[in-house]
Amino acid sequence: MSDTPKPEEILSRSHTPPKTGWMDTPINIRPGMYCYASNPKSVDYVGLPYPRQWNPMEDDWNLPENWKEIIFEGMRDRLDRFRSFKVFMDICVRCGACADKCHFFIGTGDPKNMPVLRAELIRSVYRNDFTRFGKIFGKMAGARPMTLDVLKEWWYYLFQCTECRRCSVFCPYGIDTAEITIIGRELLNLLGLNIDWIATPVANCYRTGNHLGIQPHAYKDMIDFFCEDIEEITGVLPKPSLNRKGAEILFITPSGDVFADPGTYTAMGYLILFDFLEKKYGLDITWSTYASEGGNFGFFTSHETMKRLNAKMYAEAKRLGVKWILGGECGHMWRVINQYMDTMNGPADHLEVPVSPITGTRFENAASTRMVHITEFLSDLIYHDKLDLDPSRNDHLKVTFHDSCNPARGMGLLDEPRYVIQSVCKNFYEMPSNTIREQTFCCGSGAGLNAGEDMELRLSGGLPRANAVRHVHEKHGVNMLACICAIDRAVLPPLMEYWVPEVDVTGICEMVGNALNLPGQKKRTTDLRSEDLPGMEEEEDADE
Amino acid sequence: MNRHYMFSLIAVLLLFLIAYVGVAAVGLEVLFGIIIPYAAIVVFTVGFIYRIVGWARSPVPFRIPTTCGQQKSLPIFKQAKIDNPSTKGNVVIRMILEIVLFRSLFRNTKVKVKEGGKLFYGYELWLWLFALAFHYAFATVLVRHLRFFTEPVPQWLQLLENVDSFMQIGLPGVFLSGVVLLAAVTLLFLRRVLLPQIRYISLANDYFPLVLIFGIAFTGILMRYFIKVDVVGAKELAYGLVSFHPTIPEGIGAVFYVHVFFVSVLLAYFPFSKLMHLGGIFMSPTRNLPTNTREVRHVNPWSYPVKVHTYEEYEDEFREKMVEAELPVDKELPPEPEEPEADETSEEKE
Ligand code: HEM
Ligand code: SF4
Ligand code: SF4
Repeated sequence: MSDTPKPEEILSRSHTPPKTGWMDTPINIRPGMYCYASNPKSVDYVGLPYPRQWNPMEDDWNLPENWKEIIFEGMRDRLDRFRSFKVFMDICVRCGACADKCHFFIGTGDPKNMPVLRAELIRSVYRNDFTRFGKIFGKMAGARPMTLDVLKEWWYYLFQCTECRRCSVFCPYGIDTAEITIIGRELLNLLGLNIDWIATPVANCYRTGNHLGIQPHAYKDMIDFFCEDIEEITGVLPKPSLNRKGAEILFITPSGDVFADPGTYTAMGYLILFDFLEKKYGLDITWSTYASEGGNFGFFTSHETMKRLNAKMYAEAKRLGVKWILGGECGHMWRVINQYMDTMNGPADHLEVPVSPITGTRFENAASTRMVHITEFLSDLIYHDKLDLDPSRNDHLKVTFHDSCNPARGMGLLDEPRYVIQSVCKNFYEMPSNTIREQTFCCGSGAGLNAGEDMELRLSGGLPRANAVRHVHEKHGVNMLACICAIDRAVLPPLMEYWVPEVDVTGICEMVGNALNLPGQKKRTTDLRSEDLPGMEEEEDADE
Repeated sequence: MNRHYMFSLIAVLLLFLIAYVGVAAVGLEVLFGIIIPYAAIVVFTVGFIYRIVGWARSPVPFRIPTTCGQQKSLPIFKQAKIDNPSTKGNVVIRMILEIVLFRSLFRNTKVKVKEGGKLFYGYELWLWLFALAFHYAFATVLVRHLRFFTEPVPQWLQLLENVDSFMQIGLPGVFLSGVVLLAAVTLLFLRRVLLPQIRYISLANDYFPLVLIFGIAFTGILMRYFIKVDVVGAKELAYGLVSFHPTIPEGIGAVFYVHVFFVSVLLAYFPFSKLMHLGGIFMSPTRNLPTNTREVRHVNPWSYPVKVHTYEEYEDEFREKMVEAELPVDKELPPEPEEPEADETSEEKE
């Protein structure tokens, strides 16, 4: 991180492209802007092609002899299987409406980070290999043959796209560069060209059920540990169950929440919520160590890998005999659940249409997939006044909300989290309207780019988001950035540290956990982070 | 200088010369007035259908609409029915608004870095405005041309012409659509040439249609207001084409053949180019599908079984640790006395 540029340097980057055309500008793979190559052991573990040692900085990527043929066949196959890919290859008019919508272009100024050019990197090869016009007119028609440099360019820039879909909102034809990136990465994976921050979580998830490779006993230990913390803070010891057959609901959340701060506080929030609902209304819910990952880094590898990792959600629900699944706070997990899961691994006939056992609300919008988002579930509970909330324990927070890209643009989960936040905290401020909801800016580290070695990329890509946070921080004194995504909870703290150090990061269920009164609790003098609650600490002193 | 737009300018100039010289000097009226137009229409029709069928043959394996507003969930949240349409009817409305009003383009913003390092996203509606003006003018001009292909000219067409030329400046009445088309195409071209980012992404195939359409509008306006061509003869030729009795009336003027040649080139070029966005927008899976993916299952026609790591395999690997941690297991441990376990290699990273 020592070479990370200063904030002023990132801010003063020019958005005017260079003189030389993009096809004539050679690729320059720069440390800080890329993630390390995949570990062959991980690639091999899940049986993906060409596991080997390779290094992006070296000239020779140890490609298979016939790599061009593999890419060509791979493209042909995908053009035949995905109308999205085929149509998006053909109809872009290069109007440029998407150009400055990408946080990576705004943050890096690199023209190849304009969504349209990112797509043109692939489109140029498509024109050359699959269209008559490209074959005849060549470079004049924007066509170029596949070469090693072109392949490297693909790799470099497809792993500088967080598949956030912001560009797609503005495109007059809905061209989704994320979709092109998804398929482009799939092509790269045919040659074993993944990044390790994706490949190793995929292998871990396949084996242990979660990205972090947490084994079942360790998973249980961590949950127990949270429960002990909760007892210390509230005086009540939750007794969650794991892998319990016959429960009514299966709960699945990203493993990041049981592993690293501040996600862990969100996990504690879930535990408090479930404990409350169990004691008060007899909620019958279980966690699983086998399906201990909501996220899906397979999504960043290939459609097939996504399906392979996602399969365990329904499989576990079936094995445990639950009626429906409740999903925790995660971004891309919800894109997968909302737009892919049922198609890939359904139909989920072994489940039932989700009905809240507490309010009786039928979640018609999840009638087929049979999985409900925790903020949908919570909104319903709060609306029916089923929670005993004391928002004053969040009075010291001035909160703004970061819409994660995937729930925003791949689902439309926008009002639910806001409703929950505003029910548990009275100080809520929106960021400017062009930076939230469907126009939200990415954290800059999604789609598997949340490694350590690409910090410059992440801090650059996170600029628009951080800038909007800084705006509400300066205007309203916002000191807490709420989000509904485990990757956000992992990556926004360093982003804030860099751009707006006065602002901290929280999950929504952490705030719920703070506000929720547990039956039989002791006087709550600290929040879930064991930090003193302002206004409560003197009494604590008095007690002693 | 940029060879991409120079190429397009030169190409259109060459096309002009070919047609002009071909008719005025060589006398190839039949080629430029009958053969090429017919050929162009065939290429356009066959090519267009070929492309649409080509797209349609690739299935839509997943339902991936871009959601641009609140989803349908609980009754307490107001769904954005157009931007996040969960029914087919609302998808149709979304598509109509895209096609008629360029709704997505209307969202366009432009990023600016203000002093103090503040990013600002201002609305940027020029592209939307130019594009809308261009398309509507183009459509109007196209429809107006039906008068050359119909006999008698229908009433409604007459009406359209009256509306289009309501700003009467002497005789003949000036058609607004032609002027707007010429202006919009010029502005779109200048936008490409002058804005560095747009120039950077533009290819010859982005300039070429603009220059060509400029050429079409320019020759059209030239004929109407300046070098009067024989309109009766023009109609005779056009009507001859559609009634399959092609004729070449005497003395229409070479510019007319240039105009027809430009149009023929545009038609023939159309199916091979980005102009196919006309058909493509209707087939864009991020816009033309309902967002009810969790409510109604979408079927992937090429779905195939994949290798998964089953719970049994998982439990087999971790059974002992699970039992020790008092996690429920499906198969109990074999009742043998405990052996020292060798598999300590795979601890989770912490
Ligand atoms: C249906 C919805 C449509 C949308 C949203 C749309 C949008 C656009 C946009 C944004 C441009 C780019 C302007 C630029 O060059 O910067 C464009 C160009 C163009 N469109 Fe459309 N268009 C549509 C339909 C059509 C139709 C029906 C035609 C029929 C001829 C057409 C013909 C053209 C032409 C000739 C150009 C200019 C060529 C160029 O800029 O390269 N479009 N369109
Ligand atoms: S907005 Fe769409 S059509 Fe315009 S350049 Fe971007 S991808 Fe192409
Ligand atoms: S999906 Fe997001 S990161 Fe990728 S090109 Fe589009 S705006 Fe940029």
